[in-house]
Amino acid sequence: MSASGAAARPSPVRRPFPTAAGVASALRRIARLLGSVALTFLGLTLVTFFIGRVIPIDPVLAIVGDKASKATYDKVAEQIGINLPLPVQYWRYLMRVLHGDFGTSIITAHPVLQDMAHVFPATMELAVVALLVGTLLGVPLGVLAATNRGRWPDQAIRFGSLLGYSMPVFWLGLVGLLLFYARLGWVDGPGRIDVSFDDIVTPITGMITIDSLIAGEYDVFWNALGHLILPASILGYLSMAYIARMTRSFMLGQLRQEYVLATRAKGMPPFRVVWVHALGNIWVPLITVIALTFGSLLEGAVLTETVFAWPGLGLYMKNSLFNADLNAVLGGTLVIGVVYIFLNMLSDVIYPLVDPRARERR
Amino acid sequence: MSATNLRIGAPTGWRGWLLDSAPASRNQARLGRWYRAWLGLRRNGLAMTGLVIVLALVFVALFAPLFANHAAAYTQTLTDRLQPMSWAHPFGTDELGRDIYARVVFGSRTTLTIVALVSLIVVPVGLAMGLPAGYFGGWIDAVLMRLTDIFLAFPRLVLALAFAAALGPGIENAVIAISLTAWPPYARLARAETLTWRHAEFIEAAELQGASHLRILFTQIVPLSMPSVIIRLTLDMAGIILTAAGLGFLGLGAQPPSPEWGAMVSSGRQYLLDQWWVATIPGLAIFVVSLGFNLLGDGLRDLSDSRG
Amino acid sequence: MTAPPLLEVRNLRVVYPGDDGDFRAVRNVSFSLGRERLGIVGESGSGKSTTGRAIMGLIPRPGRVEADAMRLGDADLTRLNERGFRRLRGKRIAMVMQDPKFSLDPVMTVGKQVAETHRYHFRSSWKAARTAALEMLEAVHIRDPERVYAQYPHQISGGMGQRVMIAMMLIAGPEILIADEPTSALDVSVQQQVLAIMDEMVRSRGMGLILISHNLRLVSSFCDRVLVMYAGQIVESCRANRLHAATHPYTRGLLTALPELGNRRAELPQLRRDPEWLADLPAQVGTAP
Repeated sequence: MSASGAAARPSPVRRPFPTAAGVASALRRIARLLGSVALTFLGLTLVTFFIGRVIPIDPVLAIVGDKASKATYDKVAEQIGINLPLPVQYWRYLMRVLHGDFGTSIITAHPVLQDMAHVFPATMELAVVALLVGTLLGVPLGVLAATNRGRWPDQAIRFGSLLGYSMPVFWLGLVGLLLFYARLGWVDGPGRIDVSFDDIVTPITGMITIDSLIAGEYDVFWNALGHLILPASILGYLSMAYIARMTRSFMLGQLRQEYVLATRAKGMPPFRVVWVHALGNIWVPLITVIALTFGSLLEGAVLTETVFAWPGLGLYMKNSLFNADLNAVLGGTLVIGVVYIFLNMLSDVIYPLVDPRARERR
Repeated sequence: MSATNLRIGAPTGWRGWLLDSAPASRNQARLGRWYRAWLGLRRNGLAMTGLVIVLALVFVALFAPLFANHAAAYTQTLTDRLQPMSWAHPFGTDELGRDIYARVVFGSRTTLTIVALVSLIVVPVGLAMGLPAGYFGGWIDAVLMRLTDIFLAFPRLVLALAFAAALGPGIENAVIAISLTAWPPYARLARAETLTWRHAEFIEAAELQGASHLRILFTQIVPLSMPSVIIRLTLDMAGIILTAAGLGFLGLGAQPPSPEWGAMVSSGRQYLLDQWWVATIPGLAIFVVSLGFNLLGDGLRDLSDSRG
Repeated sequence: MTAPPLLEVRNLRVVYPGDDGDFRAVRNVSFSLGRERLGIVGESGSGKSTTGRAIMGLIPRPGRVEADAMRLGDADLTRLNERGFRRLRGKRIAMVMQDPKFSLDPVMTVGKQVAETHRYHFRSSWKAARTAALEMLEAVHIRDPERVYAQYPHQISGGMGQRVMIAMMLIAGPEILIADEPTSALDVSVQQQVLAIMDEMVRSRGMGLILISHNLRLVSSFCDRVLVMYAGQIVESCRANRLHAATHPYTRGLLTALPELGNRRAELPQLRRDPEWLADLPAQVGTAP
């Protein structure tokens, strides 16, 4: 048997080339993914259509408001085709949405989509920083809790994340403002930036911290950061609570597996067993969790932005809500819903990169 | 007791009977299981804290008039507005001179009502979607789960917000809005549980004996799925309370003058810097109650994990 | 027997505390192992796997391991902490487990899993470890090591997986291999191949092998010596070829329950368990005769 070892053939390292079957399965996967995205999108528009056209007793009145003249009323009634059969109305609604026409906002008198584009970067800026904080702290803490199951680090991390899990974000925001802004003065108050710094930087990405760095306006950057840090930390803490908790539970599932025992049996140090082997196996569910966290940060914006007077999508929706601006509310719902669908799709696309088993599944 | 020799220091008496690893009757096994669960819960100090908080919430909500004066929660006394904490007003008074302590106590009724109503809607709907999907499989499964996935892919709070906005503010509409977005996980769970048991031998035995599908679903599979549904519900309670409070904070929950914790935080916001208690105390109540549910749910899930 | 044993175990006990008292999973277990193949047979729950894991220091909390003596060559296993055990695992004592589908890390190429054992124990570079791993894969009769090296566990067959497992465990040259049901999860057709490879490796390297199995026939045909475990203790210890002369009623019961070719019986006798078998035995010494 050692003869075959001696006769070492010059066998080149074979790189896995995509085979015909592999390409076909990848295409099928993409087709299925797009199918489910389309279906979810249809479901979403059905719901927003239902909310906007079916629930209000008089949808025309909901659009024009009760101070409108008879002529305006009739014009809008004609425009939205209130007398047409519901499926036809839905079809027209869907077509308009697909063309980016979400209607006009009552308060701003702009097209809703244009308003959204204007406020969305502020929401993104906050959510991205919070997600970074949450992930960079949450994953390691979750791992630490799992490997110390039942001992004090686990208890402390679990309790800390349960606390975060239980806090109403709007209340935590108020307490944070009261403590760190009003009493201690460590951070800047509500809003994205001081009024005196308004309009210094031309928006490129719409995220003030990035735009100010691009423009080299460091004063603006520091001021924006001072405003950003409190809401971002609070949202980051809440995200961390969720991510740490899920990481812990995924890790506990992995640490019970046979391969962990085998890896220990061949003498691998705990660091490698835990951070390379076990952690390597939970990226798929973890990516889903991180995507979900991002989604909940976006929708939680309605509450946080209200508390911090943060001029983003959430505050826009909340203001629309109070002015019975249904077009704007539903537009916001659609935008956040689409981002949700996109996030789900994104995690589906990332899976094969982190898990070899997902590469050829069916 | 066949294992006498392998165990040392085994308990005797009624504890021994409850903890016997070879129970002689179905009742002994059942009681033993409950007793073991209780022992596990009792060892977990945090979960016990949670249980106490939840029981306290239920008790206070049911017997609210014993804890606070109903009139104090509703009567506006403008001469007494924004009073700091004192013996007469343990948590101070709000901008209309109402006693915050009394409003927090009576607000527990609103919270409990929402939580109870949402559970009563969400669990049956989830079971109705999940059980047939797991039990019959095939196209029924495909259709029901696709529907569930679609709802699962929606942003919960924002959708609840849109619903509440269209339906108009109010506690019933808040309940409907929350329920509409909260059922999908229960459908998933019920389906998964059903799949676990679907091909168990005792289910197949019941089928062979001619039990109808409906009978098997209700007498065998529903009771088997209940523990995980209850654990999930306990864990979800906190989320439901927070969503309800969020809707209240945005003015879409219970309408004034009825006390609702989220709305109380909202109306106290403008006095935050000078009369901090008006906004923070009701928020603290939300936090404590949802923490209680979380602690309890977490402990229960731990128990079910270590047994499974 | 002149050479000192590779492994000596005296009065090993493994205890799991529980609500209903402490459960004694392993008790009164004594044996020693030379450069031989020792089989441990028993039904599930008899403590055979627990014995193997106790020797490697892999009993999870809150389980406790106690022994009057447990010695691996010059190392006193009773006094080792986790760090000390880690230095022995893979390097001096290793373990092959039941099902490669579960005992290999699903998201790391199998070659890398073999190589990392080498890397850790010899502080070698990835390049050197890779060369050593390829050699090792070749040694366990994997025909195209370069190709297998880059594959993931779900892409290879069970028999191949178990060879990889053996390569991964033996690459750092341990003196003792504990094989815990190494063929139970495999197709019958490849069971013999895997056993043959394991035998070849153990013989050529002068190692001691502990084969843990529920399969009495497999153990008696493959091993030099057999320990029979029941309810946590060793009830029988003899040379494999003397098994027919076993004295303990449990062993005798197992033997008569084995179906035999050419010996037609209307019915296989059922094993009748005697509560007396549970009584503590004096810690007997199963040394090599």
